[in-house]
Amino acid sequence: MQKKDLGLAILIIVVGAVVYLRNPLFLSPINLGNTANLVGLFGIFAIGQGFVIMTGGIDLSVGSVIALLGVLFVEMVGGYAVPWPAAVAITIALGALIGLAHGILITRFKMQPFVVTLCGLLIYRGIARGYTAEATAGFPFGASYPQLEWLTIGRSYGIPHSFIAMIIIAVVMWFVLHQSVFGRHLYAVGKNDEAARFSGIRSGFVITSAYVICSVLAAVAAIYFAMFTKSVQPSSHGNFYELYAIAAAVLGGFSLRGGEGSIVGVVLGAVLLQELQNLVNLLGIPSSLNFAVMGTVILLGVLADQQLAAYRAKKRAAQAFERLQSERVES
Amino acid sequence: MSGPQELGLRLQGITKVYPGVVALKDVSLNISAGEVVGLIGENGAGKSTMMKILGGVITPTDGSISIDGKLYRGLTVAESQAAGIAFVHQELNTLDNLDVAANVFLGREKTRGRWRLIDRKAMRDAVQPLLDRVGAQFGPDMPVAALSLAEQQLLEIAKALSMDARLVIMDEPTSSLTISETNNLLKVIADLKAQGIAVVFISHRLSEVEECVDRIVVLRDGRIAGRLARDEISNDAMIRLMIGRDLKSLYTPPQAPPGEALLSVRDVRTQAKPANAANFELRRGEILGVAGLIGAGRTELAEAIFGAGGKLSGEVRVNGAPLDAGSPADAISAGLYLVPEDRKRTGLILEFPICENVTMANLRSCLRNGRVSRSRQIEVSEEQRSRLSIKTPDVRNAAQAMSGGNQQKVVLAKWLSMDPKVIIFDEPTRGIDVGSKSEIYKLMRALADRGVGVVMISSDMEEVIGVSDRIVVMRDGGISGELKRSDFSEHNILTLAVGKALEEA
Repeated sequence: MQKKDLGLAILIIVVGAVVYLRNPLFLSPINLGNTANLVGLFGIFAIGQGFVIMTGGIDLSVGSVIALLGVLFVEMVGGYAVPWPAAVAITIALGALIGLAHGILITRFKMQPFVVTLCGLLIYRGIARGYTAEATAGFPFGASYPQLEWLTIGRSYGIPHSFIAMIIIAVVMWFVLHQSVFGRHLYAVGKNDEAARFSGIRSGFVITSAYVICSVLAAVAAIYFAMFTKSVQPSSHGNFYELYAIAAAVLGGFSLRGGEGSIVGVVLGAVLLQELQNLVNLLGIPSSLNFAVMGTVILLGVLADQQLAAYRAKKRAAQAFERLQSERVES
Repeated sequence: MSGPQELGLRLQGITKVYPGVVALKDVSLNISAGEVVGLIGENGAGKSTMMKILGGVITPTDGSISIDGKLYRGLTVAESQAAGIAFVHQELNTLDNLDVAANVFLGREKTRGRWRLIDRKAMRDAVQPLLDRVGAQFGPDMPVAALSLAEQQLLEIAKALSMDARLVIMDEPTSSLTISETNNLLKVIADLKAQGIAVVFISHRLSEVEECVDRIVVLRDGRIAGRLARDEISNDAMIRLMIGRDLKSLYTPPQAPPGEALLSVRDVRTQAKPANAANFELRRGEILGVAGLIGAGRTELAEAIFGAGGKLSGEVRVNGAPLDAGSPADAISAGLYLVPEDRKRTGLILEFPICENVTMANLRSCLRNGRVSRSRQIEVSEEQRSRLSIKTPDVRNAAQAMSGGNQQKVVLAKWLSMDPKVIIFDEPTRGIDVGSKSEIYKLMRALADRGVGVVMISSDMEEVIGVSDRIVVMRDGGISGELKRSDFSEHNILTLAVGKALEEA
């Protein structure tokens, strides 16, 4: 675990302790279970966003992808009676396709990630609303999918399966980012695209893969969200979710310039965000202030982190000077 | 117009300490009006630190600066500017989306009217005489994007003059200039001196230093290693003070006569210089120098061969097998490597550890049980560190903490840890100290003797003549001539580089 991740973990514990002291319900099994479920749901696509941010890019379309693929998944399973494993496969394949399109537009056609995914945000949301004619997509009354429900909204020993899914995805992605050749290439491309290319790294492939990973994880999250909410309201479902993902990554130590960040960090970032939401509810702060609390904490967190880094660098310089002075006295 | 005020600049006991590094130790220096001081030293000797202190970018840890009798612990950028200290950096600070006049008055724009709108005419009128003073051939309306490097440098000098500079500090100003551009710059320096402006001239090109300075200060390891008055200046004296030993002659002949063709380039045209096609062959065991003026298309040709882009047409063969590199990855798998000109942009990832940089092109060889093994990366890097004598306390340190020469060795280590067939060196010793230079020359010779093809693109005449076994000269994208060792001379290279035919002797 890196120093940054450790600091974030401590922050999570401190905030948790404060909330617990003010309202012991914080550690009640029901509250923990619900929060874990939300951490799982938001963590899954935040990890994906982390891969894109690692390349120095950004994916603004995540929330819309969750809405569109959620609508399609519910329609397939509920409306067209597609067997759920097939529907899952199709949804994930569509996610991969969307990511591939983003990646190709960005690497081949040299478009800016912000522009490409902003247009994606508008297009996917628009299609979702047009396809359903603004109607809410839902499962037929009384329909039941035991295995699918067990996998998505079930619990084992009180732990929500969405949270377990997020942990499994995080472990796999930890290997991909921190242990594989591809992961190293991702760091290299994110830090210095040109030098990476001149070292024989196929940067176009690496960047495109990051967008595919991001959209595939958004597709997985879309299924989990659709099963969690049971119905998908196409104009509001998943609104601003891309911002939650970006916030989690930034809190977790990712640099929007690329080349910095860790899986542990982004997962902890997702945990802290949900903890803050929970804090707003438990401490009786008006929920309208939700975003304001979140924004303030992120701002202070990033500010403190950077000030601390600058302070440490200064201290090291001062120590080195003192060593030199004492050497001079001796000689 | 009155001339610039007399300058009295004294640095006393300047010391600067960074975490783990003492950049400057007890350096004292006086500069008076109208003198040209050469500041030389190997990379990492502390020249840039000293310049940053003068520019107010960093504050010294200890010591004092006195300007016109006023004492400072450290300067701010504003104080430095107010004192008339101006810089012409190695990496130019021009904005190429603006025109010449806008660059000269950047941050000090002339305005008119109560809404303080930009007064373009006043700026133009003010810039023209400055451009005349530095002998510039371009006007104030010229977009900077259209200027050559040398012209941008003149622009920076004009900018310094516009700030009533009394001291102009030039950091490696000639490293990317052609010979005629360099001569022009030396003339400009003489003009500045005649106008009473002091110049600090920092350069690795000792012959230029020798030509234009009144006295020399030599830095070594952050201290002043010696001072040379005008009549003491000689190439040998400078080198001795810089490195503390004599340098041997550059040329080492190859062990064996050149063998079969390792790299052949046929009719290769680049997008940048489509007018002419390049043809040349590199044979086993030889070092082929590629000379030419800046802008002759040498880097573009190298990048086209390497698959980094810009190739229009033509055929490249490595060891007889055709190579149509669509990306550097293709060239690398064929065993053709490029040590690029701009090592900070394309050679290295500065923020990454040395061991990551060394193994970046061949991470697969560091896999253990499907995972990239840090200990294997360190092992590979340590091997290269001792082979290339890379100076670093730890290969896990970031590459940016090293001097230019050591950074270049890291770029080399990346390729040498693999299996090179042909290596193209593009300006391999630019901005590198004398000691590392000769190590890199030795290395190139050793590679050539081992059967690796070595192409060396260089704008440094001493280097291209001293190291190559054969030279091809490029002009406007094509090869304008080839020289055997017996025909090597600055005169011959320059003649071919400007596109004239050699006179038969």
